[in-house]
Order: sequence, then structure tokens, then C-alpha cells
Amino acid sequence: MTEPSTNGWDLLVANRQQIIDRWNAVAIGALAGRITQAELARDVTEMFDALTVGAATGQHRLTDEGYGPLRGLLGDLARARARQGFSPTETAVSVFALKEAVLEVLEGIDDAERYRFFAGFSRLVDAAGLHLLDAYAQSRELVISEQADALLELSTPVVKLWDGIVSLPLVGTLDSARTQVVMEKLLQALVETGSEHAIIDITGVSAVDTQVAQHLLKTVMAARLLGAECIISGIRPQIAQTVVALGIEFGDITTKASLADALLLALRRSGQDVVRRQAPQAR
Amino acid sequence: MERIPILRIGDILLVSIQVDLQDHIALALEEDLAQRIVDTGATGVLIDISALEIVDSFIGRMISTIASVSAVLDATTVVVGMRPAVAITLVELGLSLDGVSTALDVDRGLALLGGLRPVRGLEDVEEPDVAVVDPGS
Amino acid sequence: MSTSPAVLTQETHAITSDADVVRVRQSVRNLAVSAKLSLVDQTKLVTAASELARNTLVYGGGGQATVEVVTAGARRGVRAAFSDEGPGIPDVALALTDGWTSGTGLGLGLSGARRLVDEFELSTDPGAGTVVRVVKWTR
Repeated sequence: MTEPSTNGWDLLVANRQQIIDRWNAVAIGALAGRITQAELARDVTEMFDALTVGAATGQHRLTDEGYGPLRGLLGDLARARARQGFSPTETAVSVFALKEAVLEVLEGIDDAERYRFFAGFSRLVDAAGLHLLDAYAQSRELVISEQADALLELSTPVVKLWDGIVSLPLVGTLDSARTQVVMEKLLQALVETGSEHAIIDITGVSAVDTQVAQHLLKTVMAARLLGAECIISGIRPQIAQTVVALGIEFGDITTKASLADALLLALRRSGQDVVRRQAPQAR
Repeated sequence: MERIPILRIGDILLVSIQVDLQDHIALALEEDLAQRIVDTGATGVLIDISALEIVDSFIGRMISTIASVSAVLDATTVVVGMRPAVAITLVELGLSLDGVSTALDVDRGLALLGGLRPVRGLEDVEEPDVAVVDPGS
Repeated sequence: MSTSPAVLTQETHAITSDADVVRVRQSVRNLAVSAKLSLVDQTKLVTAASELARNTLVYGGGGQATVEVVTAGARRGVRAAFSDEGPGIPDVALALTDGWTSGTGLGLGLSGARRLVDEFELSTDPGAGTVVRVVKWTR
């Protein structure tokens, strides 16, 4: 690899402010006002200084020790941009715009050595850009998984129906990750509300196969260990047929077609009942 | 050697496991309980595991054994206060704890053993002319 | 295990008594907390460790446990290895089958522990001992 000559770096350091300003100007154009001049200027200045400090050690690979501070800065920048929702291009331009600025300073210098310098310098900036994008991608994945977790939390509300009776309406698919979250929320709710009955309503569950049945079974078993009993409600006719066809046995777990029936059963199991008053009608 | 204390409330023996149980202490508890049931003629055993952060197959076996031995001695065993994380792990472990009754807390456990069910905050239905709701209507 | 994860923390414990099994549980619990495993994952890992530590003591005639916090990329996890120089496991397939046996309990310990962790590795040589390695990662 062509080693950037120290002459080239001296030139960069000598034209520090001009390069920083130009770098800023090129980058801000691509970022379309979503970041303030001052913020970008600060990022750019820090990166330039870290770059020249690294170069001063005589090392020329981004992975070398001298560029540690630069790698750190790039990581921080990537994480910030990822969280702010910038696109990969918008993020990368913060680094690649430097090439534009340096090219301008080298312009008019008809020198083979200068071009050799730029080749090596360019490779270094490319490596920096890629490092930035790697960190950016990791951050984005983290944001997405955090959002997925939040969605999971929101979509499993445990509702207290009556003293000692909670309901858990399940919606969508029931995979093992979801089951884990669902189980935890239900059990926690049972303990916190001191409830001995849980109605797991599966009206909103798209499909019930042996896997889903197993997950439901595990949930019921865990609730029993706590001292609570579950009733599964919301069994649609098609689900009932699938269950029978697949040979799924719910064992001694009571299943009801409607939430209302399940509630009535839970009430009765807890020693209560619903009555209709025969009061005189005011008609 | 450290032994788990066994308290007596009427006909019921109460054991509260507060420490990270070493295997030999668990075995000692099994023996002590059997002896106490015979000595006191107790009809119920309440094991409070609300302080246990884990229940592994050994402790699970201990609980099952206590329940079986107690049953032979004509006493019912109730385990109370299992933590959600522990319950989830036990199910994954495949431990069924068959033959062991469970309750949310000591209160309910005692009620279960006493044959009483706590019913709070309800008015007794007094009017003679009421009809209980028919589930089909 | 795929590529070797980096080790951040390491604790080693001899397993020669009941008290040691408890010590191993506590060590695994502490490292699981520091690795920020969820409460349920902590519980599963500590339970698995308890099973394996007991196996080492009861069937392996004593041995040692090494508990580590490891990282692989952005993920953090806890790895525990249990080794002994005991008689080894003659029929691994049988030992790993499910089945709640109130007798020996060896089967349940291993198969159950395997279900509780993300990675499970067992090497045994009748006459040379057994090593079981498990890992639980953060989600």
C-alpha cells in the first residue's frame, strides 16, 4: 500500500482550517439541514485532529494503535447518527466529504508524489468510512431490536377482570420468544394482583398448531405452579377442528368458546356467581 | 448443622425456606418433617418458597418426597410463593411436581389446608326471587 | 462453540462439597447479573449450573467449575464449564433423554440443563472424566 508521505500530512495540517471548513460545507449540503452547522463543525474538527494525530505516529492503517481515538470517534458518530435516524449515505458523507476537501488543497500541485499521497490517504479515509458504516449498522440493529421488544411489551396487556381473575388476550402469532414474554407478564400479574384465575383468550391468535398448543400448555403449567388456574377461551370453530385433527389434547385444562363463558366459570370457581334480579319492570 | 426450623400453627406445620439450600440440609428437612408430622399428628404441611431464587431437580425432588411422605402420614402438603421466574424454569426443566398443591401465598395456602375459601367484599344475595344465570342464555 | 468468544471475567471454584455447589450457584448468579441477563435467563442458567455442579460432585466424585462472562460481537453471555475426573458417562444418549426418574436423577439433570441454556457441549471418556460446557447469551 502506498504510504502517505509526511509532506502530504504537513500540508494537511498547515491547511487545517481551510480543510475543516470545506469538509463542513460539502457534508452539510448532503445532510440537508438535519444537523446544525455547529454540531457538524465540532464532529468534523474532532475527526480531523484525531486523523492527523494518528498520522503523526507514522502508522498508516486504521487498525493501528495510533488511530484508536479516531476509531472511537467514528463509533460514537455512527451510534448518534443511527439513533437520530440518518440514512447510511447521510452518515457516510460525514467522513467521505473529507476527500473532497483535501483534493481541493492538493489541486494544482502537479506532483506524482502528491498523487501517491492522496492514494494512501484515500485508502485510510475509505477504511474510516467503512468502520463508521459497520458501527452504524450495529446500532441500527440494536434500535430495531429495542423497538421489537417495546412492541412485544405493548401487545400483551394483562387485564384484571374481577377480584382474583385476570385475562390475557393474545393477538397474532405465538412463537417461543413471544411465549416467554407472555408467560412472564401473566405470572407477574397473577402474583401482583393476587389472582388465582387467568383467562387466556386466543380469539386473536392467527393459527393454533402443536407448537402453539405446547406454548399455551407451558403457560398453564407455570401458572399452576404458582397456585393459579387457567381457562382458555376464544376458540373459534376452525381452531377447534384443527386442534382435533392434529390430535392436540388440552388435558384437564378447561376451554371455552367465549370470554363470557370463561368469566362465568372463573367466577363460579372462586365461589361467586351472577344472578338476575326479578324486579318489577317499569313499562 | 444448620436445620430449617419447622413452626406449628394448630394442625399445620409451616416451613419457610429462606436460605440457598445445601443438599444435606434439604435431606435433613425431609426427615425432620416426617418426624414432626408423626409427633404432632399434623394434617397439613405448608412450605413457603417465596425466598427461593431457584428450584432445581434436587429441591423439586425434595418437595415431591415431602408431599408423598406426608400423604402417607395423612397430611396434605401445599407449596406457596413460587416466583414466576422459578415456575417458568421448572416447566422448561420438565419438573411437574405432581401431587403437590400450590397457592399464591401463605394466607391462601392456609385457607386451602383449612378447607376455607376467602371470599371478600361481596353482599350475600338475600332476595328469594332470583334466578341464577343460565350459561346458555 | 463457534468462534472463540472473548473472556471478560473468570471465576474458578473447586467442587468437593454441598457448600461448593451453593458457592457455584452464587458465582453464576453474580456473573449473570453483571452480564445483564434477564431475571428469567439468570434463573435458568443458575438452575442449570446447579444441576451440573451437583452431577460433578455426586457422579464425578468432585471436580471444578469455571464461570466466565464472555462477549461475541455485541452480545454478552455467561459461560460455565464443569469438569471432573470421574468414571465418565457410559451411555450419553441415555443420559440425555428426557424422563423424570425419581431414582438416579442423572438423566433429568443433564437433559433438563440442556433445555435451559443456549449452548451445551459435553465430552466424556469412561475412565477419564467428563466436561460439560454451557453458555447463556443476552437476548
